[in-house]
Amino acid sequence: MEKEKKKRLALIWAAIAVSYIVILILEMTLRPTSMLLTVLKKGAIYSLVAVSMNLLNGFTGLFSLGQAGFMLIGAYTYAILTMPSEVKTSESVYKYYQCFITFDTGVFIGLIAAGLMAALFAFLIGLPVLRLKSDYLAIATLGFAEIIRAVCQWDVLGPVTNGANLLRRYIDLTYVTIPFTDIPFPPTLFVFIVAGISILLIVLLINSSYGRAFKAIRDDETAAEAMGINLFRHKELSFVISSFFAGISGALLAMFQYTVQAQQFKSMMTYEILLIVVIGGIGSISGSCIASFLYITLSEWWLRGLDMGSFLGIDAPNLFRSGFRKLVFSVIIMIIVLFFSRGIMGDKELSLTRIKGFINKRGMKKGKKEAEA
Amino acid sequence: MSYSLLELKDVTMQFGGVVAVNNFSMHVNEGEIVALIGPNGAGKTTAFNCITGVYEPTNGEILYRGHTVAVSHPHGKMRKLYAGANADLYRDRRILHPTPDEITKLGIARTFQNIRLFKSMNVYDNVLTAMHLRAKQNVFSALLRISYKEERRMREDTERLLKEQDLYRFKDEKATSLPYGKQRRLEIARALATEPELLLLDEPAAGMNPQETKELASFIKEIKERYNLTVFMIEHHMDLVMEISDRIYVLDFGSPIAEGTPDEIQNNERVIKAYLGESNEI
Amino acid sequence: MIGFLHDNLSYFLSGISVGGQYALIAIGYTMVYGILRLINFAHGDVFMIAGLVMVYLSSSLPFTISIPLVLIITVALGFLIERVAYKPLRSAPRMSVMISAIGVSYLLQNAALYFAGGLAKVYPSIPWLSSSIVIWDSTTKMVTVITPFLTIALVILLSLLIKHTKIGMAMRAVSRDFETSQLMGIRINSVISITFMVGSLLAAVASLLYFSNYASVTPTSGSMPGLKAFVAAVFGGIGSIPGAVIGGFIIGICENIIKGGASIFGIPGTGWTTFSDAFTFAFLIIILIVKPTGLFGEKQVDKV
Repeated sequence: MEKEKKKRLALIWAAIAVSYIVILILEMTLRPTSMLLTVLKKGAIYSLVAVSMNLLNGFTGLFSLGQAGFMLIGAYTYAILTMPSEVKTSESVYKYYQCFITFDTGVFIGLIAAGLMAALFAFLIGLPVLRLKSDYLAIATLGFAEIIRAVCQWDVLGPVTNGANLLRRYIDLTYVTIPFTDIPFPPTLFVFIVAGISILLIVLLINSSYGRAFKAIRDDETAAEAMGINLFRHKELSFVISSFFAGISGALLAMFQYTVQAQQFKSMMTYEILLIVVIGGIGSISGSCIASFLYITLSEWWLRGLDMGSFLGIDAPNLFRSGFRKLVFSVIIMIIVLFFSRGIMGDKELSLTRIKGFINKRGMKKGKKEAEA
Repeated sequence: MSYSLLELKDVTMQFGGVVAVNNFSMHVNEGEIVALIGPNGAGKTTAFNCITGVYEPTNGEILYRGHTVAVSHPHGKMRKLYAGANADLYRDRRILHPTPDEITKLGIARTFQNIRLFKSMNVYDNVLTAMHLRAKQNVFSALLRISYKEERRMREDTERLLKEQDLYRFKDEKATSLPYGKQRRLEIARALATEPELLLLDEPAAGMNPQETKELASFIKEIKERYNLTVFMIEHHMDLVMEISDRIYVLDFGSPIAEGTPDEIQNNERVIKAYLGESNEI
Repeated sequence: MIGFLHDNLSYFLSGISVGGQYALIAIGYTMVYGILRLINFAHGDVFMIAGLVMVYLSSSLPFTISIPLVLIITVALGFLIERVAYKPLRSAPRMSVMISAIGVSYLLQNAALYFAGGLAKVYPSIPWLSSSIVIWDSTTKMVTVITPFLTIALVILLSLLIKHTKIGMAMRAVSRDFETSQLMGIRINSVISITFMVGSLLAAVASLLYFSNYASVTPTSGSMPGLKAFVAAVFGGIGSIPGAVIGGFIIGICENIIKGGASIFGIPGTGWTTFSDAFTFAFLIIILIVKPTGLFGEKQVDKV
């Protein structure tokens, strides 16, 4: 039993190592502007934020809609901290304001600070709201996300946030270097490493004693409390940790995009992340990751034609015009929500036995059909 | 002076205009099995919920090992509405209302009338989760697996507990897929995982047949001895109550009407009248 | 004092007016929550769709036809959403229903974006409603003056409906106890449908008033008023109609007083509008700390 477990664990690690090597090879061989690399990067970023949302919605049973807001805090914190001070003092970014923060930090500190800042805000919101029924959390976090977006564009905060103007020329993915050298870090690999470590930490948390306490709260609050689990403390913990990683994913998104503006972090973004979680299966980490890559690949790459006038060789510029892709998406999502509410993975995780089972089932079906024929 | 393990003083619980428990005083001594009985709707579970912190009593005091755990007096809207007794007795006391997890931490564990297991978990995880309370790890040591030794100990304890409760062979099954009697037993095992001194059982024999009830009686005695417990339970099955209780309290319409040994209660006129109607069969 | 009131009258007037519009939307939230314990995230978008439909209809039809048509279409939309997206999930966990509501909101916004484009559409100026009127030296639109009266009239009508008709009684029963009223032979599904239809009707009326005032509609213009109306409903005590109305007025008035901060408080600055949005949220947090059940809400005791 114990041996088998160890073997399985070793296999998982080997699979992860192989996938990282594949990414490194892809990075070395493909053009940096290749669509595949873009999709991989964005997919990894969305995986992280979807997993962080799943920790809250799927594992603790708290319905939060603040993910875009926490990402925004992370993105802004990172961008403002890592922007070199000469850029801040010159007029190239802060055109209308005198930048208030005169120092700059490295990538690592920027990322951690992004997470901590988001966690701090989550802590403050959680104090009043998490003592109440979870409905209020949904509306309070949604409201918070809307407000933080407005406040970031407020001209009084201009010296910090640059008002409604965008932030750029901070350390984005092309400027990341391997520590203590000037060699540029392969960007896709960097995103995968940061997102991978973060997701690994969340997985470790979920499989710890605290993770079990979270699940107990999700299953039955009254019983969890009677077993000595302090509801408020554990909810707050889950909320803060989830927001910490949402902040980091926001910072990664800022690095990926080269520019960042508060305007893009609308409630629509949270909805998209939530729907990714639903597609993957509420309560499944691997489901969230698969769904993120699937969603990003479809929307950024394979279904692009739906917005561009021709799709699968069909030219219909009147039908396939801007916005059609999202419309198709939302219809698909409603179908999933209504008819396949367990998503791709349900609340199970991806494992070798499951893949084998799936292949066997397919094989058997095939075999049956052949036999019938 | 020695204290009772649990003591209730003048506990009143009022919902809106309804006085569910009225001026209830009682105590449970260490090592006893005490039962709380009464007709349906007499306020037994409400009394339980006051002890376990689910409700804040409207008036009265609850002590554990002589220390005040909860104390309250009518406040807010209740100041006008209060219809119970002894309204002035606790007026000067600062209101103290612990949450249920704090009560559990003190060493009081409970089960529920309508079984409340963690639905998505298997039998093993249900018990393991309840060990979280006594774990010393913090979130970082848990995350980075620094406290793996404690985790291993928790797992060993869980296995031991499951074996002792004869549930080990079901350990990988979903908790809700167990037969009813086993679910009750699992709920008790889960409560034991919090390492209690006082075990509160809310109708442990509900839905059991006479054979199962008989088994339950010996089971309760057995765990009481093995884990050095004090037991306080609500029960409807008179056979069970009369067989294992040291003392019995009787509630009727929220008010205590009798207290005593099984023999005394069996022969108490008021109890027979209130609880069993005019008939004197038991 | 009178001089102060006179100088800032426009802020107070638009506060009362926007408050009335929030109140009408808030009723939709509060009624649905009362019955299904569901935050209907799509409600703000129904309000937005009503605005867009009006833009399209009025371009080819006279107002006497297009206005009733807008009301009918919105009511039908509310009915349809409930039947398609919420009814199949009646026995599902509450989180699934909320996710479905978010899915509907996402769908409505994307549909609006696809069919209407992202640019703001000019809202037609409805004769009389959009005409200017001078009250005590400040110029305002007729709609500003009409809104509070219309709101109150509609609320009175609604309370009469709930108090004195059979369907109203059924609504009250269902919001008290879902299962029991089902056992008592109340047709839950028709009660829920009617609740959604009433909510949508009020949202359509609110959209006529709101967009007449603001004069443009975009696919996202439903989200902010929706959110604020929800806060109003929470403030009034979710589930309570008078609470939602009072909450709507209070939020509308406070918000506009803050918008006029530069002249009312005498502190110059252009950030007051942003600040007024932040206010709603801060307000929500304060309510949740001080009185989570809201003004008229009842505390619910969970049974153990």
